[in-house]
Amino acid sequence: MAAPLPLSGGLLSRPLAWSRRHLFNSPTNAVMTVVVLWLLWATIPPVVDWALLKAVWVGDPAACRAAGGACWAFVGQKYRLILFGIYPYEEQWRPLLAIVLFIVLMLVSAHPASWRRWLFWLWLSGLALVALLMWGGVAGLPFVANDRWGGLPLTLVLSTSGIVLSFPLAVLLALGRRSRLPAVRAASIAYIELWRGVPLVSVLFMASIMFPLFLPEGVTIDKLLRAQLGIILFTAAYVAEAVRGGLQAIPRGQAEAAEALGLGYWQKTRLIILPQALRLVIPPLVGQFITTFKDTSLVIIIGLYDLLSSTKVALSDPQWRGFYVEGYIAAAGIYFLFTFSMSRYSQYLERRLNRGRI
Amino acid sequence: MKILLSLIAAALLLVTSGSARAGQTFDAVKKRGAVVCGVHTGLGGFGAPDQKGNWAGLDVDVCRAVAAAMFGDSEKVKYVPLSAQQRLTALQSGEIDMLSRNTTWTLTREAANGLLFTATNFFDGQGFLVAKKLGVKAATELNGATVCVQTGTTTELNLSDFARANKLDIKPVTIENFEEAASAFVAGRCDAMTSDKSQLAAIRANQTPNPDDYVILPELISKEPLSTAVRQGDDQWFNLVKWSFYAMVEAEERGVTSANVDAMTKSPDPNIQRLLGASGDMGKGLGVDNKWAYVIIKQVGNYGESFERNVGKASKLKLERGLNALWNKGGLMYAMPIR
Repeated sequence: MAAPLPLSGGLLSRPLAWSRRHLFNSPTNAVMTVVVLWLLWATIPPVVDWALLKAVWVGDPAACRAAGGACWAFVGQKYRLILFGIYPYEEQWRPLLAIVLFIVLMLVSAHPASWRRWLFWLWLSGLALVALLMWGGVAGLPFVANDRWGGLPLTLVLSTSGIVLSFPLAVLLALGRRSRLPAVRAASIAYIELWRGVPLVSVLFMASIMFPLFLPEGVTIDKLLRAQLGIILFTAAYVAEAVRGGLQAIPRGQAEAAEALGLGYWQKTRLIILPQALRLVIPPLVGQFITTFKDTSLVIIIGLYDLLSSTKVALSDPQWRGFYVEGYIAAAGIYFLFTFSMSRYSQYLERRLNRGRI
Repeated sequence: MKILLSLIAAALLLVTSGSARAGQTFDAVKKRGAVVCGVHTGLGGFGAPDQKGNWAGLDVDVCRAVAAAMFGDSEKVKYVPLSAQQRLTALQSGEIDMLSRNTTWTLTREAANGLLFTATNFFDGQGFLVAKKLGVKAATELNGATVCVQTGTTTELNLSDFARANKLDIKPVTIENFEEAASAFVAGRCDAMTSDKSQLAAIRANQTPNPDDYVILPELISKEPLSTAVRQGDDQWFNLVKWSFYAMVEAEERGVTSANVDAMTKSPDPNIQRLLGASGDMGKGLGVDNKWAYVIIKQVGNYGESFERNVGKASKLKLERGLNALWNKGGLMYAMPIR
């Protein structure tokens, strides 16, 4: 006796029912579904074809041009130039170690258990160690002048120093903006609004092109240092506003209670207000870090070889001309790796911090 | 606050005293023991770091020649990569001693920007690259054509000047990035591509599927004498940079190469004797050793060698000598007499 076949009919009808309910439930939606499907069909196969099927993974430029697909061989050939810029070839283990050090520092500071005062000193000593590695000149390491620094380490140096070193200045500015002393308040407001009012490009331009003209004769300040100072001063204005947001979120009662205990301004601020306020502003700080990380690519206009500019240098090789899409995809991939993990981390933080306060 | 202060103090310690601005660049360079040379951030064949971060190119060789003349060592150069916007200020402010970075010699740059050009190491000019199947033989036949051009450059202005002067209806397709403009042309988005002829030759040789399907039209619509520049105010330095380059051109004219320079020191030709310091006091006049040109040729090579190695037949750019041939071979390269 033939058994009824509700099962197979069910399997068949379920996706149909689902798509009727979700994709074709009105004429507009039906049209949109068809259009989107067509768009996917029109874009995905050619991209897969280009990036994977027809791609050349190992080979020379002639092989790449013959294949007509993506030329990942270019990235394979040039990855050291892209990653480390023009840092001396034999010494490139040093910038590699610096990158590892940076990542370790970031991972350590990611965990809320390490948000203590020692973290600040850890960062300072970490940055000092990175400087030691990159410059060398001691302990048998040959000296490498900072005009040869480049690639990802330079991007990390500029962005992390930008955040870490701007932080103390930003806290002072945020406190200054809420100060009862009119002169301090006015100076802080002027600083913050002035630096937030100009784009980073113009700051870098001033630092690298106009500033040397104002210096006395025979004095030049290192190009990298000028750019770094520009980034620090610029970032400080933004971080200051984030910190001020944290300060404002602390209930008035906290300050009053501290005063009632007889604490002075600095004691009150250092022991009661800041520890609470700074915890609150960690998510916006991470956001600011992502911005600074990406903004460092603007140093291309002043001839520093950060990750993006060293990619451009790799592209300037006449032999490998025209593979800029592959080069830029590789650089974008590295940027994405960093910013995406930071952004996921920021979401994790928000969840964690909110959990404690409900 | 203490930390901040110590940071500022550390920053001030890093302030280094660079080259003197007024007058004695020559002495400052000598004291420092290295030539600070402004170069391109990355232009293959002219000035770019190679895979291992070593600088190479036709412009870079001028820096190396000056270091060779000054210190007897072509490696005593500190390269400062500069963007197009930075290059003139960097020279004016004393950040660099000399600028060898694909810079066109113009009146404004000498009259208003306080620079002096020493010598032209590459004569270039703007031209057109077209596909052969288009059947165009001259640039004046480009009426109605779309032309790929990089934005924000004199190239773009030259193109519109050319179209107006010849009453041509040329439709420019402006693209911000040079490489992208070139790729757009190769992909067939425009009928022609305009840029400096040396660049067009490079695109034709390296980026087209079959170089023989493309042709560079004969006309040049602009003059681009790419030259080395120094700051005004130090004539001794100006002289050294200028004659270091002339020594390379003179060496080619006299047939002195990096390979035969040792044998040539015994040459009976008084011109070669003077060049290589076997007789006369040519180097002393410039304030350097009399063997200055010998060292340049030995370590960097003559102009012809430098050209072939960086942009000529032995390189990936495969440029013709053209205007950059010696004057007695139909080009414009003419060294003033070394005597």
